[in-house]
Amino acid sequence: MSYNDINNHVAEVATNEWRKVVAILANELADLEIAEEATQEAFSTAITQWPTSGIPQRPGAWLLSVARRKAIDYIKREINGRNKTELLSQLEQRQSPAAVAIDMSLVRDEQLQLIFSCCHPSLSVETQLGLTMRCVLGIPTPDVAKAFLISEQALAQRLVRGKRKIKDSVIPLTMPSDAEIIDRLTVVHKAIYLLYNKGYLETDTNTDFSKEAIRLAKIVAELVADDAEGLGLLALLFYTESRKDARQIENQLILLEDQDRKLWDWETIDTANKILDQAVVLEKTGPYQIQAAINALHAVATFEETDWQQIELLYISLLKIYNTPVIKLNYAIAVSFTQSPKEALKILDNIESELKNYHYFYSTKGELLFRDKQFKKANEQFEQALSLATNKLEKDFLKTQIEKTVEELQPN
Amino acid sequence: MKYAALIYDSAATEEPNTEEFGEVMQAYQAFGEKYGQQIKAGEALLPVETATSVQVRNGEVLTTDGPFAETKETLGGFYILDCENLDAAVQAAAEIPGALHGTVEVRPVMELPEN
Repeated sequence: MSYNDINNHVAEVATNEWRKVVAILANELADLEIAEEATQEAFSTAITQWPTSGIPQRPGAWLLSVARRKAIDYIKREINGRNKTELLSQLEQRQSPAAVAIDMSLVRDEQLQLIFSCCHPSLSVETQLGLTMRCVLGIPTPDVAKAFLISEQALAQRLVRGKRKIKDSVIPLTMPSDAEIIDRLTVVHKAIYLLYNKGYLETDTNTDFSKEAIRLAKIVAELVADDAEGLGLLALLFYTESRKDARQIENQLILLEDQDRKLWDWETIDTANKILDQAVVLEKTGPYQIQAAINALHAVATFEETDWQQIELLYISLLKIYNTPVIKLNYAIAVSFTQSPKEALKILDNIESELKNYHYFYSTKGELLFRDKQFKKANEQFEQALSLATNKLEKDFLKTQIEKTVEELQPN
Repeated sequence: MKYAALIYDSAATEEPNTEEFGEVMQAYQAFGEKYGQQIKAGEALLPVETATSVQVRNGEVLTTDGPFAETKETLGGFYILDCENLDAAVQAAAEIPGALHGTVEVRPVMELPEN
């Protein structure tokens, strides 16, 4: 392994342990701010030490132990005069290697508990999501900032204010009541969905964000009986996951249209179908169920036989719930098949100003122009998309598209 | 942890000795009994028309009538509640009769370091 590979590997291992460490500490300390700071410090120590010392056998237990030590130091330094002796002795007791190992295996409840407490309605929805994604789930700051289309600095400020409010108002870091759990579900679902998206394109690294998102979606769906949207979300994640092996071959991104459907994981699709059926009978429709239904339609047909009419209708009902430019963009793709790429391009004209920094907008526009045989314009759109894309897989894909347009433009 | 529960209401100026006034008073009394242990202080205020605003600018005292904000809901009273955490305070605030029609703002009370 090269020096860079080692560093990347260390960062991945540590990232995968972040959420467990922070959840255990936040529960012990009843303080998210100190828990996160201590985890961050332990994380930094790992990044500097592990490349030379090697990754410990139990990286999570190692990180927890270091983080707890940092937290103890921090609390000792605190000159607030508050009586922390009891907490300190509790923490010290937990520092024995055997205790640390047990803590790491019992982490699940604490994690869910911390997610639900960060989704407290006394915080703004953006803050709830930001705290959950960055502080609880350990998604790197630049990625969280990108998900909200804000600067890293703005995100950092938002998180600091959120953590301060949790502390000052004494928002309890415990599992809320059943009624409160239901009230907070929408944001929790969204956080899980965004977590999945983060992992979705990261096929070139070993962070397990997608796997974790599916795990959380399962627990949440089990936690709340008859939650149609929770089931819808789980089905949606399973559908997307089932195409994982077909989406990327030899480090190349393969579009739905060109995917080898034999490579789809049909067992997972079957599971998704069953879950979606369970959701639909509850007769409480919502955006995740609709998106899952769109995916279900792709799963029952070859690309040529796709029921675009039905998909178009589903997008229309999705737009009635969330009239966002991104959903309109997807709706336009359905229209390009039910009507024509030209009609779809008209829809794109109306949303261009809202999606200026969104590379999918330009790659979709390029795709539609290509199908409409406007190769010169398609080329420009792909170039624009390439300048905005950050993921290597997507960049390579766009380069291939650009080559295709160049070929078409060459005189025979 | 101490929280202030500030009761904003759309100036429901029930006249004393009417049936409505009696009902409201009864509801507040019931709240006071249920949360007697948590309530550290609490007062009802006379309607906003009776308010006077005071500002000192450049050493001069400016006195005007009423609060300036053109809001429908005005501060009608408050409690100081001693609760374990925000959720407990919110639970109590939800039972303040004023929350039924108006808004109760829950704010942690600033703790000053003891000397």
